Amino acid sequence: MSNHPGLSNTFSSTGEKFVWSKDSLNSIKMIISRYPKDRHQSAVMPLLYLAQEQNNNWISIECIETIAETLNMPKIRVTEVASFYSMYNTRPVGKNLVQVCRTSPCWLRGSNKITNTICKETKCQINETSGDNLFTVVEVECLGACSNGPMIQINNDFFEDLDEENTKIIIDNIKNGKPNKIGSQKGRRSSENA
Amino acid sequence: MTDTSLIKIKINNKELEVDKNLTVMQACEIAGEEIPRFCYHDKLSIAGNCRMCLVEIEKAPKLVSSCTMPLMEGMSVITNSEKVNAGRKGVMEFLLINHPLDCPICDQGGECDLQDQAMYYGFDKSRYSENKRAVDNKNMGPLVNTIMTRCIHCTRCVRFATEVAGVPELGMLGRGENAEITTYLENSITSELSGNVIDLCPVGALTSKPYQFKARPWELKRTDSIDIFDSVGSNIRIDSRAEEILRVTPRTNEDINEEWISDKVRFNYDGYYQQRIDTPYIRKNQRLQISNWDETVKVLTNKLKASQPLALIGELVDVETGYAVKKFMQNFGEDNVECRTDNQFIHNNLNSFRFNTPINKIEDSDLIVLIGTNPKIETPIINHKIFKAYNNGAQIFNIGENISLNYETKYLGTKLSELENEKFLKNIKKSKNPIIIIGSSYLNNLKNVHTYKSLISFSHQFKLITKDKNNLNFLNPFASRIGQLLIGNTTKNHCEPFTKLLNQKFDTVLSFGSEKIADSSFDSYYRVYFGHHGDEGAMKSDLVLPTPLFTEKNGIFVNIEGRPQEARKCHNPIGSGKEEWVILKKLSQNLSYDFEPNTFDELREELFKKHPKLFEFQEIIHEDSSEPFVVEDILFEDCKPLKLIENFYMSDIISKNSVTMAKCVEEILDKPLMEKSA
Repeated sequence: MSNHPGLSNTFSSTGEKFVWSKDSLNSIKMIISRYPKDRHQSAVMPLLYLAQEQNNNWISIECIETIAETLNMPKIRVTEVASFYSMYNTRPVGKNLVQVCRTSPCWLRGSNKITNTICKETKCQINETSGDNLFTVVEVECLGACSNGPMIQINNDFFEDLDEENTKIIIDNIKNGKPNKIGSQKGRRSSENA
Repeated sequence: MTDTSLIKIKINNKELEVDKNLTVMQACEIAGEEIPRFCYHDKLSIAGNCRMCLVEIEKAPKLVSSCTMPLMEGMSVITNSEKVNAGRKGVMEFLLINHPLDCPICDQGGECDLQDQAMYYGFDKSRYSENKRAVDNKNMGPLVNTIMTRCIHCTRCVRFATEVAGVPELGMLGRGENAEITTYLENSITSELSGNVIDLCPVGALTSKPYQFKARPWELKRTDSIDIFDSVGSNIRIDSRAEEILRVTPRTNEDINEEWISDKVRFNYDGYYQQRIDTPYIRKNQRLQISNWDETVKVLTNKLKASQPLALIGELVDVETGYAVKKFMQNFGEDNVECRTDNQFIHNNLNSFRFNTPINKIEDSDLIVLIGTNPKIETPIINHKIFKAYNNGAQIFNIGENISLNYETKYLGTKLSELENEKFLKNIKKSKNPIIIIGSSYLNNLKNVHTYKSLISFSHQFKLITKDKNNLNFLNPFASRIGQLLIGNTTKNHCEPFTKLLNQKFDTVLSFGSEKIADSSFDSYYRVYFGHHGDEGAMKSDLVLPTPLFTEKNGIFVNIEGRPQEARKCHNPIGSGKEEWVILKKLSQNLSYDFEPNTFDELREELFKKHPKLFEFQEIIHEDSSEPFVVEDILFEDCKPLKLIENFYMSDIISKNSVTMAKCVEEILDKPLMEKSA
């Protein structure tokens, strides 16, 4: 079985009850209002995402229990959804979740090299978290930016048109707390011809 | 109402007319074509994920899974072409990719759907050379054993837990190759019906823990019998080898238990052989000592010559035994046999103490009132039917203790007078088919009949009782009770509680499996215990006579609806146990009383002559609803409900002695039976 934090079927506990923050509670109200009254359980996916955002980018057993309580649905049903989708992490990840695309277009353009560079720079193996808890590196399938490959996603941002050099700069910037340029690293707008 | 008009279709070029709401698979079954399947089950929702039921449909470019496909006018279905066969073979090859080749050590071997169907659709050797997947086994409690590598992800168990048992605790985690069936955090399943997932599992992934590695299906002798551990009378099949019962499984009976049985009857059979009374005992020098039949019968004969005996009938006693007891006790006078040791309230006819709504009609109700009863632990099958009604949109109200059930109930309060609560009256007036279920213990301490008459009046008023139905139900959890009351094993003054009997001049008490004999009110009596399990009742008795268990003799039990059914013998009694009527005949001879029947069949014949209604097995005994009591002032007295059963897994003498049931109490109810030494 893959050791990808989003594809594991085992969940861990923090030992502390997960309580919705005020902002989350406001969002929940809005999200639930989108669904018909007796179909409020459909909100389980946005709520999982919300819980993950609030809980340092991973879903704990306590998150599941709180969501089940909020939506009045069985805990196992929430667990099923959380374990099905790879974007819900079932164990703690580093501050920056680095997802390297390895599907054919990116791979043809050298995604192996990007992976190797990232592993070397962050000093952590694939599916592992670095010692300083700054990075977790995972390999993923197509993220939908094929014409700008190779590319990676760090938390919510895409970084495209990568090579070994600019990848190293991105990682160094994160390490030093400096801002990064999001999107193409070669000055392309959107996916116009290179 | 759904439109049930017929449409014309063709199956394998045979024309037929079927209900248009059916699926292709159901139509094929009507046409007599067998469709292989793993995930489809007619009691569960349709999932369509095993793909084994592929058929060819004219004008459809690809094979179609027949269980999910609705019928259409003029549809032509082919179930036996080359293409269908090849498709199913392909599906089977995929199913077998990750299925281990461990049939020789698998408990399902010999009765496995996958094994059977692989004989038709499987290849003789595998073309798969990659690594097979292995899955960790999951904990599902003390009853269900899991070998999850064998799982083919049909999700029958998940659907059963959610839709039938009403405990959404099972689920499928992950996806694709990583998909795994598990309970939430691997907790035990908390349902009283959890054992049924074992029968549902088409492979050997979920098997019985107590039956593990015990036997192969072809070694077992099948005996059809009846569940006597609650009053529903579920139909069971007992599998035994030589003189030992190895497992209990359900028999389908659409009128009662459908395809399910409770965990108690399925798993408490190890209790049949624990703490058995295998030889007569007699009290000498304050201690029970091993004796023999000659001595004990002689002592008992002498005792009975000069005493006034009282007979108590227990909860697991068949009708024939009850009849023999009644016949014997007539020699000593009247009013000396009693089965209502819990003071059950009864009135003038059968309808005053049975479950009047047929069990398979409960689900048609739109409003159910539970009064002083917990159907979940008293009768799990009836609870399932209430759950079905709930799923169909019925409102469930509860009066008495505020119990938690696996469906939503509206709690009205502790008093019976809550029936006249205005909000509730509004609901019951709107309801088309309301049902009241009263735990019979709720009326146990009734001081006058007025409350009962008021209930009848109330039921007439709100159309619970009409010419063609009677929805006022009395729920008693004991299997023997209805049968014993039918043949009149109770004192004449029905409304009097049992304790009144004790004021009369009895000095000897004969208990036929009733533990009530251990009660301190009998301390001054000479106590004789006829039974199969040594518990408190036998311990306190002066004379103990071994009798066979329900699996060791034939016997009729009348279920809570008033439906006589037969439990059959599957092996000889343990030790020197003798059937009760044989002992009573011997005593009659010694005392020179009449006891004509010489064989069990003759006894039964006599019983049928006196009570011809018992002869019609499987038919609900009809009894006209009594004349409506017109009570001007409906008055509901407050009753104090007695909890007849507090612990589902240990409700009777047999399950109390079962190791499996003890494990259930520890692991599922989380109640340690004994302090564990550190």
